[in-house]
Amino acid sequence: MCGIVGLFLKSDDLRPKLGDMLTDMLITMTDRGPDSAGIAIYGDEAEGRIKVTVQADAPETAFAGLEDALEEAGFAASLKVIDTHAVVTLPTEAEEAAVAWLEARGLRIMGVGSTMEIYKEVGLPRDVAARFGLRDMGGSHGIGHTRMATESAVTTMGAHPFSTADDQCLVHNGSLSNHNQMRRKLARKGVLTRSENDTEVGAAYISSRIAEGATLGEALEGTIDDLDGFFTFVTGTKTGFGVVRDPIACKPAVMAETDDYVAFASEYRAFADLPGIDAARVWEPEPATVYFWER
Amino acid sequence: MQSLDMSSVDLRTVNETLQAAAKSQANATYEITNPRGSHAVAVGLDGPLSVTVKGSTGYYCAGMNKTASVRVVGSTGPGVAENMMSGEVVIEGDASQYAGATGHGGLLNIKGNASSRCGISMKGIDIVVHGNIGHMSAFMAQKGNLVVLGDAGDALGDSLYEARLFVRGSVKSLGADCIEKEMRSEHIDILKDLLDRAGADAKPEEFRRYGSARQLYNFKIDNVDAY
Repeated sequence: MCGIVGLFLKSDDLRPKLGDMLTDMLITMTDRGPDSAGIAIYGDEAEGRIKVTVQADAPETAFAGLEDALEEAGFAASLKVIDTHAVVTLPTEAEEAAVAWLEARGLRIMGVGSTMEIYKEVGLPRDVAARFGLRDMGGSHGIGHTRMATESAVTTMGAHPFSTADDQCLVHNGSLSNHNQMRRKLARKGVLTRSENDTEVGAAYISSRIAEGATLGEALEGTIDDLDGFFTFVTGTKTGFGVVRDPIACKPAVMAETDDYVAFASEYRAFADLPGIDAARVWEPEPATVYFWER
Repeated sequence: MQSLDMSSVDLRTVNETLQAAAKSQANATYEITNPRGSHAVAVGLDGPLSVTVKGSTGYYCAGMNKTASVRVVGSTGPGVAENMMSGEVVIEGDASQYAGATGHGGLLNIKGNASSRCGISMKGIDIVVHGNIGHMSAFMAQKGNLVVLGDAGDALGDSLYEARLFVRGSVKSLGADCIEKEMRSEHIDILKDLLDRAGADAKPEEFRRYGSARQLYNFKIDNVDAY
């Protein structure tokens, strides 16, 4: 069991409140996943710059002197440290070199994107949200996850969301049964994953399909044929937000839409505090059917 | 009428209050406000009681209901009226998966849609769905009636025993051993009664009946040794 929440804003007025709304939704899903929690938030973009979210278990030592070291290495980077995570913002053309450089320093890459930042840690959703100050974060859309682990260890790297391409991320409730085979297939195509986790393989599958030219919708359609197991997936891209459930659809899902937002949650409880929810259109997404919204 | 506000009264107290009221045989009327998607609201009621839940609920609302009447003015999460024994449960909105699962009796009246596995393993309950139902509905259904005014999803009535399925709209596909059957006058009578009780605006003649072909291995006497 896991909990998923997602919020895609149609109205800019709510942008400053995105983190606050998502945090309440995330905390409500604690009893579906008390092991770890994470959130991907799509915030402001700085032209020509890209954000690399990194994590370290010992942030005091790992992030000390990081800004100077980045400068010495020739990256015109700025650094924002939040608890165990840091967001390194640098020129887009330096992305590949910077990611390799940061990994070589022993930092874990949570995600890379022009608008996306990822924060995830082991612990109760309430505590994780407080450590990162999620409530104060604004943005256009975001997805979150509360984890009750099944397929891999309870570690930061096993927590969701998983990002396997710039500005793309995935959260998952369920378990995939052909993830090892799919991991090998993807590896042969040069698509590498960083963990032993099944969901990361799902994320890598979607990213690789998009890299090959598929639309988000087509990539999500592909999961129905190519991934075996139980899944309710919610995926985020720079401009959009998508949902797909496997054909058996055991894993719960509910959606709500108003003029101001589209919301997703594992259970209706997570919607209880959303503005205008009493008048919202609320429905259960159909099995083996792709839903997505783009701005 | 008494009112319980779930923004200030916890779930355990709500259910203890309702269960005690049902046991007292006083035929009381209760209103539950602000359920906010809570799980297991108004469960295990055993006696005459009328409960209205104002708002949407989570998992297992009105489970194990006996004699009591529960109405939800909203939608319900998975497993509404699971293992219901008797009485009536009315859902004004939609019901999520496995509504009325394993129910032994009573009437589950869903005014909106029900999703997958509606009436799975039903054992005598009557279920009327005014909208559509999802895939694998009435899987291994043993007894009772499932009436659907809208459409049914894939694999309707897979591995069915003696339950009767009535669908007015289309059926995406029938499950293993489920076949369309002749609608005889006794079925029209059963259906008319259920439609009347559910307040459904439909004529019995508009429905098709589905049931078990009784061809699976469990119906063959030669396989009796396997059990």
